[in-house]
Amino acid sequence: MKGMSIIVKKVSQLIAGIIFLYGIYIVLHGHLTPGGGFAGGAILAGAFILIVLAFGTDIIHLKHDEERASLFEGLGLLAFILLAILGFIIGIKVFFNNYLPKGQLGELVSAGLIPLYNIAVGIEVCAALFTIFLALVIYKEEISK
Amino acid sequence: MEIILSILLIFMIIGAIYALFAKDLLSALISCGIVGYGLVICFLLLRAPDLAIVQVVVETITLIIMVAVVLDSTREDLKERIMIREKESSYINTKYVFNVLTVLVLALFFLFFFNQAIDKLEPFGTHTTRMAEAYIENGARVTGSANLVTGVVFDFRGYDTLGEATILFTAVVGILAILRLRGKT
Amino acid sequence: MIVYILCFILFLVGLFGVLTSRNIIKIIIGLTFLEISINLFLVLIGYVEGGQIPILVKGSENLHFVDPLPQALVLTSIVIGLSTNAMLLAVAIRIYKKFKTFDIRKIRSLKG
Repeated sequence: MKGMSIIVKKVSQLIAGIIFLYGIYIVLHGHLTPGGGFAGGAILAGAFILIVLAFGTDIIHLKHDEERASLFEGLGLLAFILLAILGFIIGIKVFFNNYLPKGQLGELVSAGLIPLYNIAVGIEVCAALFTIFLALVIYKEEISK
Repeated sequence: MEIILSILLIFMIIGAIYALFAKDLLSALISCGIVGYGLVICFLLLRAPDLAIVQVVVETITLIIMVAVVLDSTREDLKERIMIREKESSYINTKYVFNVLTVLVLALFFLFFFNQAIDKLEPFGTHTTRMAEAYIENGARVTGSANLVTGVVFDFRGYDTLGEATILFTAVVGILAILRLRGKT
Repeated sequence: MIVYILCFILFLVGLFGVLTSRNIIKIIIGLTFLEISINLFLVLIGYVEGGQIPILVKGSENLHFVDPLPQALVLTSIVIGLSTNAMLLAVAIRIYKKFKTFDIRKIRSLKG
């Protein structure tokens, strides 16, 4: 995939970091403000897609990225399921049991497991969307060769 | 509120009709964006900022995937395409009429059930939250989360979210399997 | 009430696109319209006149909220819609590679 002009590259260098930071904020504050794992994960994936579209790399690097992205996707789903299953072992025997202490309403560290669920789902959604994009781009590159 | 939403929905319907009848695929996709971003404004007006954030990002990613990847990798000769289009628009075959008749029959079918459903429905804006009463009153105390939507998604309705994550994973695996040109070496 | 009817019209437009288009990309666009109209309908049902955003803020004790349940269901449905759309697009470009066209009538005639 070819990169774009130098103006686009410089601007996306500046912007992508800010988008990434905003995505992390949305994921971490999911239980206090609008947002959460789904929205934050999609925003994080948008930052990665912007980088790939602006700079453009050769096919070997893209394949390497795709493998790592799909690894992270599996890890995110696994973390989500493990957090839910731990409820069987600790406390009452309920799936999706919120076994951590709740804390004060409105604090950043509160709501027990919900921030951890948010982080796991955020990683999963981000990696899934990025993998889809990379798979389509790799297909296009292999076709045009 | 209802008037503003109606105007937005009329714009969305016009955009949808244009997208279906556009000659060029690129303009069809861009007018598909009208519908998606109109939905974002509807969500904001309906007091659902979570959905608005998700929808605006998802719509952008869909447009990027469609325009930058799909249309780019399936580009054909422009001259040939124009020739095909002239040939197609010159005749109306019986199959098209049959398709339109099928749509009309299905539309009447749906209209019957929509007519029955809308009698049972409360008028717009007077929804009694009897299903969500427990979530609203006890949600913050039980889950400890200030955002009630997140509390419902990850605590009361955790199975839904698990299913969603599984479907996302399956879709990605399916795409990787479909798009692989040759086996792994 | 008119909002529900307009939402239903958007649904019918999507149905028309799915059933009568010949281009695969336009069929996928029609499916997107169907999904959008259903999502909007679910959120419209949960709206309460004068209700607030379902987020508790310190100091405000007014418990007159919009229904959070349809919003939570639609939240997952949007991301599912994106992934299924991407999968349909993947199938579409594989079809394009094999038959060199997006027109479903030609695909049918080529297959015999």
